[in-house]
Amino acid sequence: MDYNRAAKYFLLMDFWQGFRLGFKHFFRPKVTLNYPHEKGPLSPRFRGEHALRRYPNGEERCIACKLCEAVCPAQAITIDAEPRDDGSRRTTRYDIDMTKCIYCGFCQEACPVDAIVEGPNFEFSTETREELYYDKDKLLANGDRWEAEIARNLEMDAPYR
Amino acid sequence: MMAFFTETTLGMGLVILGQCLLVLIPLLLALAFLMYADRKIWAAVMMRKGPNVVGAFGLLQSFADFLKYIVKEIVVPAGADKAVFFLAPMISFVLAVIAWAVIPFNDGWVVSDINVAILYVFAVSSLEVYGVIMGGWASNSKYPFLGSLRSAAQMISYEVSLGLIIIGVIISTGSMNFGDIVAAQDGSAGIFNWYWVAHFPMLFLFFISALAETNRPPFDLPEAESELVAGYQVEYSSTPFLLFMIGELMAVVLMCALVSLLFFGGWLSPIPGLPDGVLWMVLKMGLVFFAFSMVKAITPRYRYDQLMRIGWKVFLPMSLAWVVFVAFMAKFEVFGGLWARYAIGG
Repeated sequence: MDYNRAAKYFLLMDFWQGFRLGFKHFFRPKVTLNYPHEKGPLSPRFRGEHALRRYPNGEERCIACKLCEAVCPAQAITIDAEPRDDGSRRTTRYDIDMTKCIYCGFCQEACPVDAIVEGPNFEFSTETREELYYDKDKLLANGDRWEAEIARNLEMDAPYR
Repeated sequence: MMAFFTETTLGMGLVILGQCLLVLIPLLLALAFLMYADRKIWAAVMMRKGPNVVGAFGLLQSFADFLKYIVKEIVVPAGADKAVFFLAPMISFVLAVIAWAVIPFNDGWVVSDINVAILYVFAVSSLEVYGVIMGGWASNSKYPFLGSLRSAAQMISYEVSLGLIIIGVIISTGSMNFGDIVAAQDGSAGIFNWYWVAHFPMLFLFFISALAETNRPPFDLPEAESELVAGYQVEYSSTPFLLFMIGELMAVVLMCALVSLLFFGGWLSPIPGLPDGVLWMVLKMGLVFFAFSMVKAITPRYRYDQLMRIGWKVFLPMSLAWVVFVAFMAKFEVFGGLWARYAIGG
C-alpha cells in the first residue's frame, strides 16, 4: 500500500495544483486577437488568393505558356490561348477553380514572368460555390487590387530565392 | 383587500403565482449571466477573452444565443418518437424549475415551506434522469442513446452518495426543512458554526457528486464530445435544445444553492455582527458557481470506469461511514453537540 499516493489522492492534491495553475493563468494577459479588428502578421511568402499581374504599362504578363496548368497538382487551372491581333501569344481563357486549389504555390513557382501569384488576401469567402470559379477578368482585377502588396512581398522575398 | 389575498382561493392562487414569478424571473435572468460568467471564466483560464462582442464586454451574449436558438429550425430525426422526443426537453426543464419551489433565499423567502424540502429536491432531481434517457431513446439514433444510458447510470450512482451525505446533515439538524437546517448553523462563531466544519470531508464529496449529478466536467461523459458528439442532445436543435441547456444549467445552480444551504449557512452572515440576508445567499451561490466553472476549466474528463469506481468504491463507503460517525457523534453529543444541533437548540 502506497500511503503517500493514497494521501495525495484523498487530499485532492492534483486538483489543488491544477486549481492553482488555472488561477494563475486566470489573471495573465489574454492572447486573443479580436479578429476582424485585429489581425496576425503575415509572411511575405503567404500563399493566399490568386492574382494575375500586369506590367507597369498595363500589358498583362501572362504569355500562356501553360506551365502553371501543367504543374498544378489539383488540376484547378484551365487555360486556352490564341495569338492576339498584334501577333503576341495571350490567353483567351484563364480559369482557376478555387474550390479545387490546394494553395501549394506551384503555379507561382512555375511562372516564368511572375504573372500568376498568390497574394496576401485570405478573406475571399463567398456565399455560393459559383463565385469561387475564378475567370481571367476576376484574376486580373485581383492583380490590380493587390499589386502594391504583391510587389512589396515579392521584393522582400527576392533575397531568399 | 388583504383578506382577498389571504382567504379566497383565487387570491391565494394569485399570491402563489406572484411568488413563483418572483423566484423564476430573477433566476432565469441570473442564468443568462451565469452562462456568460461560465464562458468567461473558462476562457480566462485558457488565456482567452471569451465572448466580448454582444453588448458591453459581451454581457448580452446569452440573450443573443437565446434569440438564435428560438429562431432556428427544429429538426426531428426520421423514425423519432415525436411525442417523447418533444416531451423529454420539457420534462428536463420543468423538473429543473420546480425544484426551486422549496429553496429559500432568505429567512422565510420560499415559495413552499414544506417540512420534507430536502426529500422533495432529491426526488425531483432524481427524476431529471428521465428527461435525459427519454431524449436519448426518442432520438432513434445510436450516439444519443449511448450518451443517455451513460448519463442514467452516472446520475443514479452519484445520487446514492449525495443522499447519504444529506442524511448526515439531516441527523445533525433533526429536520429536513431548509429553514431549520440554516437556523441550526446559526451561532456566535459565524463562519465556523456552519456545517462545513462539522461535516468537513462531506463538503468535497457533495461538491464532486454534484458535478457528476449535473453532468458537469470532469464528469460530462454523457456529452463527451470527442466520443459521442453531444450525447443525448445530438439530435436536438432550436428550442428543445435550449430547454435542455437551461434545465442543465438550472440543475447546476440548484446544486450551488444546495451547497450554500447545507454547508455554508445559506443567508447567514459569515462574520458575527453583520446582518444576515439574501445577499449572503447570492454571494455564496456565486462562489460555488465559480468553483464549478474553475473545475470545468482545469480538469480533464474522467474515463467511464474511473467515474463508476469513484462513485461506488470511494464515495459510497466514505459517505456511509460518515453517516454512522455522525449518528454516534450526535447521539452522544460529542464536542458540545457539534454534530447535534437539534439538541443544543440551534
